[in-house]
Amino acid sequence: MTTPLVELKNISIAFGGVQAVDDVSISLMPGEVLGLLGHNGAGKSTLIKILSGAYKMDSGEIRINGEKVDISSTRDARRHNIETIYQTLALADNLDAPSNLFLGRELTNVFGLVDDARMEAETRKIMKRLNPNFKKITEPVSALSGGQRQSVAIARAVYFNARILIMDEPTAALGVHETQMVADLIKELKAQGLGIFLISHDTREMMELCDRVSVMKNGQLIGTERVEDVTEDDILSMIILGKNPREKAVA
Amino acid sequence: MSDTTQASSSGGRQRRSIWKSLEIDPRLLGMIGAFIAIAVIFNIMTGGRFLTPRNIFNLTIQTVSVAIMATGMVFIIVTRHIDLSVGALLATCSAVMAMMQTRWLLDLGFDLGHPLLPWLAIGAGIIVGTIIGAFQGWLAGYQGIPAFIVTLGGLLVWRNVAWYLTDGQTIGPLNETYSAFGGIQGTLGSFWSWVVGLIAVAAALVGLWSARRNKVAHDFPVKPLWAEGVVAAIIAGGILGFVWILTSYEIPQRVLERDFEAAGRVLPEGYTASYGLPFSVLVLIAVAIVMTIIATRTRLGRYIFATGGNPDAAELSGINTKLLTVKVFAILGALCAISAVVASARLANHTNDIGTLDELRVIAAAVIGGTALSGGIGTIYGAILGALIMQSLQSGMAMMGVDAPFQNIVVGGVLVLAVWIDIQYRKWTGEGK
Ligand SMILES: Nc1ncnc2c1ncn2[C@@H]1O[C@H](COP(=O)(O)OP(=O)(O)OP(=O)(O)O)[C@@H](O)[C@H]1O
Ligand SMILES: [Mg+2]
Repeated sequence: MTTPLVELKNISIAFGGVQAVDDVSISLMPGEVLGLLGHNGAGKSTLIKILSGAYKMDSGEIRINGEKVDISSTRDARRHNIETIYQTLALADNLDAPSNLFLGRELTNVFGLVDDARMEAETRKIMKRLNPNFKKITEPVSALSGGQRQSVAIARAVYFNARILIMDEPTAALGVHETQMVADLIKELKAQGLGIFLISHDTREMMELCDRVSVMKNGQLIGTERVEDVTEDDILSMIILGKNPREKAVA
Repeated sequence: MSDTTQASSSGGRQRRSIWKSLEIDPRLLGMIGAFIAIAVIFNIMTGGRFLTPRNIFNLTIQTVSVAIMATGMVFIIVTRHIDLSVGALLATCSAVMAMMQTRWLLDLGFDLGHPLLPWLAIGAGIIVGTIIGAFQGWLAGYQGIPAFIVTLGGLLVWRNVAWYLTDGQTIGPLNETYSAFGGIQGTLGSFWSWVVGLIAVAAALVGLWSARRNKVAHDFPVKPLWAEGVVAAIIAGGILGFVWILTSYEIPQRVLERDFEAAGRVLPEGYTASYGLPFSVLVLIAVAIVMTIIATRTRLGRYIFATGGNPDAAELSGINTKLLTVKVFAILGALCAISAVVASARLANHTNDIGTLDELRVIAAAVIGGTALSGGIGTIYGAILGALIMQSLQSGMAMMGVDAPFQNIVVGGVLVLAVWIDIQYRKWTGEGK
């Protein structure tokens, strides 16, 4: 058996009295898409934010390629080639798409000054691939539609050669056509050997895109199943009842 | 479907094509327009006394101190902070520099004529300003105390530290070299003013040209050449016009006589000389250039604006927003010290009330210049223009003999009006919230 790309072991975090993530363990293989499901407030975003360096876990450990790593900032995560599309998109509304795409990793010229022209050119290149209709390159992203903003966030995660990609509801604001493009993108990246954490409320979409799905409820992991082993109804009942029907069948 | 949007916008495109191709920031245009309107109105109301070289010279040197600090205040407000302590910090820096050159350094064995004296004093002032600024930034950034409170406390603390250092006394006269930064006591004269003007024009043209070349290299759309020419002509005209006005302000005969007498010579018949660019204005120009480069071309500037636009996004992008807060306050602290040089040199003394109410002028200048208190938006040139507009109002009304209370009432009203216009403008363009 190959070593997993990412292992999250016994992760816990609490905010005040709320146990947002409670002793959760999941793993991700190279070239695998792992879906995270659960009702609102189940702890999905919090869990992946621990991996992306936005939150510090109270206990647990993270292994990448079998090696224990210490991720205490988003910079650490980026150093391990972990890229994240946040549910809130995390865009600076007053800046344009290139500035957002390269935020924290600006391209600079020989004098160490930011090279806006080169960043704009790179942005045009990647947007042409991701969303050919995207034209408002040099306008502040506050002037963009929800879907266009999401494209910018996706472009930022994809541009920097991620090995581990975290997508927190990446298609929430997208139209049918754009959603299909993201689905194609996920398949393409998966074929390149990336590991992808995908969060979505669309069970059908998850069944189509994911290799395995994990269901969370009230901060706890209910279960992780291969999609070919379960039906959509099984997953729904896991989300709603917080019980894994297959476990019962085995027992 | 894309056809319809194109068809509907083509009507507007015709109308806007000239402004569009010039690519001049409409807000900058608006502020320059407002400034010109103010200047022309005052000129008419004062019977032509407002737009004389002499008055423009005075206006310029009176603006410098507030303008320098206003450029730093832009960064503070853009990152959603405020600094109420700048006037008091200016006083502390001024006190340190005055005490250095008149007492402390002398106690260390320097004699009064030592050439390093003014520079050591200035260096000490800038270090003190930077450290105090950084400390206030640390309290706001790392300790989470709202900057409003930190600097409100700072206003009291530093004002009275200055008092304590000087026993509340006027300290002076200040060193001659130091005083040259005050304005009329230190100017370039006609020849060197033109040299500086021409270098500035050359630099601006090179800048425009290389920006265009860079765009062409990346296949980006560029302005039509005529538009580029118009912009270049406006910039060159503006710079040279400014130099021309300042070099038209001639040194009065009696001052020349005194100067020649002091040098042991006789004033030749028909000899004239003009003031030209004051050193203080050169300092402001240097500050403006450096601050503009920081704002638009460095990572630090990018992070300042990103943090102001969305602090959470900045944090998630790996930007250390706490350290950033320390940096912006330290920058403003250093600028307060530089302003202190100009302000105390202009008065030829350190006075106990130096910089009083400057915090309000500086914040007003930044805000009139288009800096949004909600964060994320602001420009360096806007803040400088804002300072100039405020100073114009103040001295224009003084020239007209408007009573002091009315002067302040008008300036206060203009501040609110300027922000209201800015809000309306943003609503109209759909910019911002
Ligand atoms: N920064 C925070 N401070 C306090 N509580 C938080 C914070 N972030 C999350 N929580 C709490 O942790 C729990 C899990 O939130 P989380 O955002 O992870 O849910 P989620 O599964 O992503 O939900 P959704 O589907 O709505 O996005 C919630 O109860 C939430 O209120
Ligand atoms: Mg979530």
